[in-house]
Amino acid sequence: MVVPVYCYLGLSAALFALGVIGVLIRRNVLVIMMCIEMMLNAVNVAFIGFADYFKAVDGQMFVFFVMTVAAAEVAVGLALIVAIFRNRGTVYVDELNILKW
Amino acid sequence: MHGLQMIFLVLAVVALVSGGFVIFQRHPLRSALWLIVNFFAVAGIYLLAHAEFIAAIQVIVYAGAIMVLFLFVIMLLNLRQPEAEVRFMHLGQKVGGIVLAGFTVLLVIYTVGKVALPPGKSAPLGLGNTESIAKLLFTDYLLPFEVTSVLLLVAIVGAVVLAKSRLK
Repeated sequence: MVVPVYCYLGLSAALFALGVIGVLIRRNVLVIMMCIEMMLNAVNVAFIGFADYFKAVDGQMFVFFVMTVAAAEVAVGLALIVAIFRNRGTVYVDELNILKW
Repeated sequence: MHGLQMIFLVLAVVALVSGGFVIFQRHPLRSALWLIVNFFAVAGIYLLAHAEFIAAIQVIVYAGAIMVLFLFVIMLLNLRQPEAEVRFMHLGQKVGGIVLAGFTVLLVIYTVGKVALPPGKSAPLGLGNTESIAKLLFTDYLLPFEVTSVLLLVAIVGAVVLAKSRLK
């Protein structure tokens, strides 16, 4: 345990903050999905840090499952984005306001 | 400072800077390329934390498969023109978003800081990393593992259905 666990937690929090900022300020839905991926990665960093801290492999198992869920989410999400783009001709979330009515 | 700590610091800085570039690049293609840099830096951090298998999976699945999917979609949509300039209406939203994110993270740090962690263990992992993960995966985590395969199947079917039929 050369690197203390607080370093992993700090990095995780900072990466998560970057992801949140991206989701809140960007308009392009593709970039928003990338920022969601970044947030999932931030959580993975925290898991890995704790797995190293407690010398337990269970944290790494959770990272494994998070990655699987992320892959499934990206596959379905990108298919949705392509379908929406075919239908509405835009990928900007402030123009996709049909549910507001 | 220990050498490994220095490597951790460099990787963390690379991850954070490339993460910042992901957000503040105009064109989504450049965001995607910076996100690949971010994933590689995080994979290096996994290596430092003795998670070699997860680091390999990170590079293969995230930096490989997922980002290729992103790049395919970006090029498929053919978004030539970059995102429009900041309109004044959005400026308040942006500042508010940054402030809100910072506040959330400060709250999380405060809460985590109040928790007293039990002392960590210094004994090394008994098995090789991949071997111990495989053992756990096929014993204690067998049911989640199988459920995961069903989840992937559902994702495949969903993606095919969405790609084939046009939304009316």
